[in-house]
Amino acid sequence: MKNLRISALAVLTALTLASCSDDDNTATIVNEEEVITTITATLTPTDGGTAIVLKSQDLDGDGPNAPVVTVSGNFAAGKEYNGAVTFLNELDTPADNITAEVKEEGHEHQIFFQQSSALGTFSYADEDINGRPIGLSFTYKASSTPVTGSLTLTLRHEPNKAGEGVSGGNIANAGGGTDAEVVFNISVQ
Amino acid sequence: MRFYYLLLSVFMAGSLSAYSQNTISGNVTTKQNTPLDGAHIHLEQLHAISDADGSYTLRNAPSGQQHVMVSYIGYKSLDTLISVSGTVRLDIKLKPQAEQLEEVVLTENNAIPKNTIHEEKLKTETIEKYSNASLGDALKEIAGVYSLKTGNSIVKPVINGLHSSRVPVISNNVRLEDQQWGTEHAPNLDINSAGKISVIKGASALQYGGDAIGGLVLVEPVSVLKDTLFGKTIMNLASNGRGGSISSSLHKGAEKGWAWNAAGTFKYFGDRQSPDYVLSNTGNRESNFAGDIKYIGNNYDITGSYSLYDATIGIAKATHIGNTADLVRAINSRQPSVIEPFTYKIDAPRQEVVHHLAKINYNQRFDDTSSLSLQYAFQYNSRQEFDIRRGDFKNKPALDLTLITHSAQADWKKEADNLTLKAGASGSMQKNTADPLTDIRPLIPNYNKFDAGAYGIASYAFSNTLTAEAGLRYDFSKMDASKYYQISRWKDLGYEGVYDKFIEENTGSQYLTNPNFTFHNVSASLGIRKQLGYDYQLLANAGLAMRNPNPSELFSDGLHHSNGTIELGNLGIQKEKAYKLSVTLLKTHGDFTFEATPYLNMVDNFIYLSPTNIEYTIRGAFPVYRYRQTDVLMAGLDLHTNWKIDNHWQHSFSGAYIYGQDNTNNLPLIDMPPLNIVNTIRYTKQDWHDLYLEIRSEAMFTQTRYPDNNFTTDVLVDGQLTSTVVDISTPPKGYHLLHFGSGATFKTSNKTALAVGFSVLNIFNTKYRDYLNRQRLYTDDIGRNFQLQLKFNY
Repeated sequence: MKNLRISALAVLTALTLASCSDDDNTATIVNEEEVITTITATLTPTDGGTAIVLKSQDLDGDGPNAPVVTVSGNFAAGKEYNGAVTFLNELDTPADNITAEVKEEGHEHQIFFQQSSALGTFSYADEDINGRPIGLSFTYKASSTPVTGSLTLTLRHEPNKAGEGVSGGNIANAGGGTDAEVVFNISVQ
Repeated sequence: MRFYYLLLSVFMAGSLSAYSQNTISGNVTTKQNTPLDGAHIHLEQLHAISDADGSYTLRNAPSGQQHVMVSYIGYKSLDTLISVSGTVRLDIKLKPQAEQLEEVVLTENNAIPKNTIHEEKLKTETIEKYSNASLGDALKEIAGVYSLKTGNSIVKPVINGLHSSRVPVISNNVRLEDQQWGTEHAPNLDINSAGKISVIKGASALQYGGDAIGGLVLVEPVSVLKDTLFGKTIMNLASNGRGGSISSSLHKGAEKGWAWNAAGTFKYFGDRQSPDYVLSNTGNRESNFAGDIKYIGNNYDITGSYSLYDATIGIAKATHIGNTADLVRAINSRQPSVIEPFTYKIDAPRQEVVHHLAKINYNQRFDDTSSLSLQYAFQYNSRQEFDIRRGDFKNKPALDLTLITHSAQADWKKEADNLTLKAGASGSMQKNTADPLTDIRPLIPNYNKFDAGAYGIASYAFSNTLTAEAGLRYDFSKMDASKYYQISRWKDLGYEGVYDKFIEENTGSQYLTNPNFTFHNVSASLGIRKQLGYDYQLLANAGLAMRNPNPSELFSDGLHHSNGTIELGNLGIQKEKAYKLSVTLLKTHGDFTFEATPYLNMVDNFIYLSPTNIEYTIRGAFPVYRYRQTDVLMAGLDLHTNWKIDNHWQHSFSGAYIYGQDNTNNLPLIDMPPLNIVNTIRYTKQDWHDLYLEIRSEAMFTQTRYPDNNFTTDVLVDGQLTSTVVDISTPPKGYHLLHFGSGATFKTSNKTALAVGFSVLNIFNTKYRDYLNRQRLYTDDIGRNFQLQLKFNY
C-alpha cells in the first residue's frame, strides 16, 4: 500500500505544479458585431428632388451615451415619397450593413411606423418569403395639410407576423423583442 | 388561506394535549462515530430502523427492564437489558464482525454532541422525493430556506434571506465554483449523487470558509462502512413537462479494503405548463455521473472521486425583451407574449452548463484521537448562455465562460476527552476566461484569482450538558482581471482620474484595463450548546464573517436581456462584513419535537443593485441598475415542529419570517422571502407495506415590505409617447398550494424491495406567481403535476 500512497502523492504534486504555471489571461477586444448603431430612413420624392434623411446614430451601442437623432428637412404637403430603411453597425470598421440580414430573415422581422398625429400614410413596399411585409421599403404619402408630430420607427425581432392587423402595420398584436426604436420629429409644410 | 388557519388551529389544539409514553431513541454508529444507516433495533414486537444519520426512535415501549437487540449486517449484533421509564436515550456503537471479539462499547447517557453548530439535515426520503427536481427544491423543506428561481429548473437556495455568493455549496468537501454569483445560475450538482444534504445557517462552520454570510449547504456522497454491495434505481415520471428521470447508484462498502460508489442520472423534460398556458421553451435535460473509489487501510484511507454535471436548460421565451416598452407590455398583459404548442425542443434563450469535479483525498489517523486529511480538487466549469439573436449569431452563445479552479486543503483534528481541536489551511487558484467569439462584450471578464486561508477551532465540553466552541479564520485573496471598458462607460462610472492606474491600452473607443485587488479577511465564531433538562437543548452562536465582492459586483457591464436592465458593477465596491447572532432551542425527544431559531444578522457594506437612471440606446430606453452598498439588518425566526399524534398520524410544521431593513436609506430590503408556512399531515401504516399518505399545505403570504423601485418610461400609446409607470417592485399576491403524496414498499426478495410513490403537486391547479421567481413579471408559475416514482433497492 505504500506504493499507492507514494503514487497518490506524486499525482497530487504534479497537478498542483501544473496549476501553478503562470499563464496569460489578457482579455481580447470584442467589437460588437450585432449591435445596431445607426438607423437611416431615406425618403425620396417620387417626382424627383432632394431626399429627406431621418437618422439615429448611437456610436457607443449599449454604452451610456444617448443616440443622436437628426431629420434633414421638412416634408411637402401632399407629396409622395419612396422610403428605404438601412441598419448599420458602425462599431465595426468598415461599418457592417445589417440591412441585408434583416431582409434575409424578413419573416422574423418587421418595421412599424407609428405617428402621433396625422402625418400621412405609410405603406409597406416589400414582402418576406411568406408574402408578409418587412418594411425595409415603404411609401409615404404626406398629409395634404401642414402638420407636425412624431414618427416612431420600430424594428421588431421575431414578431407574430400572422397576428391580427400586424401585416397592415398595427404593432399592438405583434409581440416579439424590440431591436430598434427611434422617435423622429417630423414637419409637413 | 382559511384552510391554513384551520390546520393551524388543529395543530395548536393538538400540541396542548399531553402525551406521555415510553420512548427509546438514540444513535447507532461505528466506533469511529460514523452513523449506520439501516440498523435494526428490536424490543419485543417493537421494531425500528436507523436513519441515514444513525438516529432511531422506538415508541410505546413497555416500562421496566427490557431486552433490546441491535443488528447490522457485517457488524456484531448487540443484546442488552435496559430499564425503561419515560424517555430513554440509548446510543449504540457497533463493532465490525471481522474484528476480534471485544466488549461492545455501549453508552447509556444523554451526552450532547461536542459541537455547537446545528446542522439541519434532509432525510434520505426527502432527497429521493426530489430525485427529478433539484437541490434548491429539496432544501426548501428546511424551515428558513426559501428558493430563488428563474423559471422552474433553475433553483437556488436562499438561507435566511441570502443566496448566491453568500451561500457557498460544499459538495463532497469541495467548495463548488460554478459561477455561483449569478442569480440565474443554479448549483451545478445532481441531487441523486448525495447521500446526505444539510444546511448550516450562518458562517459558524469556519473550516469551510469565512464568507458564508447567509449559510452553507453541505452535500456529501453516500458512505457505507460495511462489507456489502447494494444499489438503487429511481424512476420518475411527471405529467407537467411530460418527462421524467432515471437515476441509478451502486455502492460497495467496506470496513477495510476497497469501497466504491457510482451513480448516474438522466433527466428529460419538455415545456412546463402553467394552469392556463404552455410555458414555451422551459424544457430541460441533464446527464450526470458521480463516482468514487476508496481504499481503507488500518489507519488511513485514500479516495479518488469524479463527478460530472451536464445540463441544458430552456429559459421561457417570453422573458426575452428588447426594451422597457416591451417590459411594460409584458407586465400589463399578465400573459406571456409567446405561447406555442408543447414541445420537447429547447430553443434560445437557454443555458448549457457542464461541471467536472475531480478530487483526491487522503486521511491519516494517528491514533484514536487525531487525524489529518489532505485534499486536492480540480473543477472545470463551462457556462454557455444562448440568447435570441440574428443571422449568423443564432448558434453562437451570447455568454461563454470557462472557470477553472484548483484547490488544496489540509485539515487536522484532535479529539481528546473533553477537548476537540480542528485546524487547517487551504489554497486555491482560479482562472476565468470569457470567450470573445460570442461577439458580445462579456458580462464577466477574464480574471485570475488566488486565495489562501487558515483556521483554528476549539471546542470544549465543560460537562455532559455544556459545550462551548470558538473559532478564528484568516483569508487572503488576490484578484487580477483583464477587461475592456467602453471609454464612455469608464467616464460614466466616474473612473477617470480614479482608476487610471488600471488602464493598459487605449484603442480609441475602449480601454484595456487590468483591475487588481487584494483582500485580507478575518472571521470568527463563538458558540455554546447546553442541555436543558432531558428533552431540550439550547444553542447560541455569534459569528463574524467577511465576503469579498464577486466578479459580477465589481465588473458587470451591460444589458441583461431577461430583465431589460443595464447592470453596472463598480470597482470601488468594498467587502461585506456580517455580524450574526442566533439561538436555537431544540426539543429532541418525545412525541412532540421542535426547533426554533431566532436570529439577527447585521451586514455592513451589504452589496445590492439599486436603480439609478435611465439610459437611451437605439433599442429604446433602459433602467440602469448599479451595485451599491448599504448597512442592513435582517432579523427572523425559523420554526419547525414535528408531532407524532399516534402510531399512524403525524403532523409537521415549518414556518419562517424575516424582516430585512436597509438602515442607511431607511427602506425595506429587496427580495426578502415573504412569511411562509408549511403544514404536513401524514398517515402511515406499517402493516400495509409501509403505506403512507400525506397532504402538504404551503402558504406563502404577500410580501408587504419592499422598496419602491418603480420608474417611468415613455411608451407609445396610439403613436403618442406616454409617460408610463413600470411596476417592477410590487410583489405578487400570496398563494396557497396543496400537495398530495403517497407511497408503499413491497419486498421482492430477501434483499430487494420496490417502493412505489404517487404524488400530485398543486392539486387545485392554482395560478400563482412567486416573489422570488425572476420570471414573475412575465409568466405564472407551473400548474398541477402528477408524479409517479418507482424505486428499486437491491
